[in-house]
Amino acid sequence: MSEANPAAPVVIVGAAMGGLRAAESLRRSGYSGAIRVVGEELHPPYNRPPLSKEVLATDVTHEAVAFPSRAEMGDVEWMLGVRASAVDLDAHTLTTDDGTVQDWRALVIATGLRARRLDFAPVSGRHVVRSLDDAMGLRAELTEGARVVVVGSGFLGCELSATARKLGCSVTIVTPSAEPMVRPLGEMVAKEMRRRLTEEGVEVISGVTVVAINGETAVESVELSDGRVVEADVLIESVGSECNSEWLKGTNLDLRDGVLADNAMRALTTSGVARDDVYVVGDIARFPNPMFDDKPRRIEHWNIPTDTGKRAGAVLAAWLAGDGSFDEVVAKPFTPMPSFWSNQFEIKLQAYGLLGLASNDDIRILEGDLGDQAAVGYYRDDRLVGVLGVGMKAALLPYRKQIAEGGA
Amino acid sequence: MIKIEVDMNQCQHYGQCVFEAPDNFKLNDDDKLEYVAEAPDSERDNIEAAVDVCPMQAIRIVE
Repeated sequence: MSEANPAAPVVIVGAAMGGLRAAESLRRSGYSGAIRVVGEELHPPYNRPPLSKEVLATDVTHEAVAFPSRAEMGDVEWMLGVRASAVDLDAHTLTTDDGTVQDWRALVIATGLRARRLDFAPVSGRHVVRSLDDAMGLRAELTEGARVVVVGSGFLGCELSATARKLGCSVTIVTPSAEPMVRPLGEMVAKEMRRRLTEEGVEVISGVTVVAINGETAVESVELSDGRVVEADVLIESVGSECNSEWLKGTNLDLRDGVLADNAMRALTTSGVARDDVYVVGDIARFPNPMFDDKPRRIEHWNIPTDTGKRAGAVLAAWLAGDGSFDEVVAKPFTPMPSFWSNQFEIKLQAYGLLGLASNDDIRILEGDLGDQAAVGYYRDDRLVGVLGVGMKAALLPYRKQIAEGGA
Repeated sequence: MIKIEVDMNQCQHYGQCVFEAPDNFKLNDDDKLEYVAEAPDSERDNIEAAVDVCPMQAIRIVE
């Protein structure tokens, strides 16, 4: 391996929340050298969750969702509208799709996820919602009376259903799952969510897949695996995501399900060696969280790009400083509390921890009544690993503390 | 002194800020956010962390 050019910038690939937080953290941790952020989207970093909720229901503009720009970020270079195509970890270079090859002293991988698509011929009326441009395109078609079919019943699909319904569309959810949001929430809560969505006028067709999209140039209907045909003007595909890790192929990094990192967010090679000059942040990062165990996981929760970006920035700044503080910073345990929220009609969900770790569906009502407001506990081996508030907020705080302390 | 502004039209009372800067933010018994609009300079890191973790991006430091 050749030595990196010490005058080369720290290059952050990915200009969304994770890349932004990593850059801010480098500056706050005392690194004053060059930083360049390379991003595929033309928009400077913005907050994605409102794209399926508040902003989609009102005014889809960059201004409405942009992250504030901090003073210390003034000399960070933004290279937007270009996509990373290859990287050479030995030569310390990055190639982008405009044909440029650039040197880096350290690399931060923050390319995140993209929406998965259904595998059918392209016709108009098919949508995904991941980016601001996606949301702008969809917003124009969510007119009163439009027939909207949402494929998939995760949080995003259910939020989009609620927003479309509120805009006066007729909405049908089509899902292979038994209940909406059953994978993250478990059967008991998911059944209640189905009841509430149905009560708000969303039709839920479960246990089916889409086998065909009918329509020559625009979506007219979708054909389901049980033979049913559902008419549609708008088809929203909310069928999960894929990692933007193709540009890292050919390196020796561990690319099974995202990019593997250690607890300091340093990228790990397939032989388990940590690179002090390559970091992974955001929902592409598969990393261990000692709050739960030592198993590396990717966590697609909103707070993770911020927490991992801050951690990576602090560790990398210590390495760049070369002042002997690096080992101490690395050794400090990093235990971010996963958290998410979801608003659908009057349903306000908020969660802490990793609900999906619950063993054998060991899910208990801790407080309240699921038909109204409740706090729900998710247990693994009798230890609390997650808590979900249905309409409850402050009541969750002691449970959050319990999870952070190991769940006992 | 740091001056803090929360856009209460944006705020959905998620309470994420409460963990980052408990001296300035709390959820009351009705699950509504209450906050103190001024903080000493020594609280800057915590207030900035609170700004970062707000899902609605409703918190602002007035410079």
